[in-house]
Amino acid sequence: MTATDGMEARYRDGDTEQRIAVLEDLNRHAYDGALADDEREAGLGLVRDALRANDPRLVSAAMGAFAGRHLGDHDWRHGVMKLVFMEVPLTTVDRLVDRRDAELSRMAADLAEEREAAGRPVPDDLRSLLPPVGAAREEGR
Amino acid sequence: MRIFDPHIHMSSRTTDDYEAMYAAGVRALVEPSFWLGQPRTSVGSFVDYFDALTGWERFRASQFGIRHHCAVALNPKEANDARCREVLAELPRFLRRESVVAIGETGYDSMTAEEDEVLEAHLALGVEHRLPVIVHTPHRDKKYGTRRTLEVIAESGIEPGLVVLDHLNEVTIEMVKESGAWMGFSIYPDTKMDPHRMVALLQRYGTERVLVNSAADWGRSDPLLTAKTGAAMLDAGFDAADVDRVLWQNPVEFFAQSGRLDLTPLPGFALANAPETFSGNSVRRGGADATVPAVPEAAR
Repeated sequence: MTATDGMEARYRDGDTEQRIAVLEDLNRHAYDGALADDEREAGLGLVRDALRANDPRLVSAAMGAFAGRHLGDHDWRHGVMKLVFMEVPLTTVDRLVDRRDAELSRMAADLAEEREAAGRPVPDDLRSLLPPVGAAREEGR
Repeated sequence: MRIFDPHIHMSSRTTDDYEAMYAAGVRALVEPSFWLGQPRTSVGSFVDYFDALTGWERFRASQFGIRHHCAVALNPKEANDARCREVLAELPRFLRRESVVAIGETGYDSMTAEEDEVLEAHLALGVEHRLPVIVHTPHRDKKYGTRRTLEVIAESGIEPGLVVLDHLNEVTIEMVKESGAWMGFSIYPDTKMDPHRMVALLQRYGTERVLVNSAADWGRSDPLLTAKTGAAMLDAGFDAADVDRVLWQNPVEFFAQSGRLDLTPLPGFALANAPETFSGNSVRRGGADATVPAVPEAAR
């Protein structure tokens, strides 16, 4: 019996709080080698499911250490941007500094352009994802 | 003011909304299929939802003098769940229903390979059934997602005039206008687009091929923002004919391509005001035919 035993059933049959608990279990075991390959695959399926939810607690739990270590770049970037939309502080994102890349900055720059065109403020977290000052804005496109 | 809301999720709204919409001039609408806030996990829940849109919700709207039509599709978020994807095989039988005037909303959420396949499948259904397609543009990577959507549309072979790209903004309007597709704008209390920004876009780009909707759903939204946009247009110097073009004639022209729009007044209800009766008179806006007959108990 492992720490994530039955996690898929617990997630699918659980309410939001129980789903968050399953995601937190995954986060706890992201680096300790306790997850077998099939558990990791199942965990990624649950993380992707949670990233489609509109409850910020679920999205936030899905962007913890497990996603930081195992989630592919495309889905991970969308997870970061989703938290920006939900106004959840990005401090919740595991390995943000290591994993942020030119494509994430490009997505952030496009969103900042939309916000500015709409006369809406650019939140600090979004600003923090923009390409470094001095870098050409076209870089990474 | 007569209003056709081309995108509103009435199954998540109350009868108070239907009454207020009728009072504001709404006489017809299209309810595209979407997710329920909570992801579905089986084909059966889609089938029941489509049945409700073409059955109960249509009846509910009719009790308040509003012609209800719908669009069916597998929405982008649920396109990513293999358990839901099987609903694509169920769509053709719904696309034959008289109350279904379009396919949608389809499009991108996270821009995954699964979403690509499902968008292509919906566009192919549009070609095959000769039905308009409502394409949602993504919130998160909108500019890139809209450009990619236009590429997929071009490759699909569907006529651009059969497609509306929805939830556009200042950054995405131009590329869609150039493509020949219709431009949809969802007017929200404080995010996607507001009435004054919409008026500025109409002043700059004109009223042709523009659809304005409330996209009201279970989130923070307002089913009267179509009417409020019409009022903002009048305040900005547009005339009643321009408002009628944007809020009535354009959606009628777009969805009439299905050959299935029914815009005759429901028994016991009046046509909305013709534009000239209130031209220049903003005070009467929506107030002249606001009486809503009592709702029979059977409707409850």
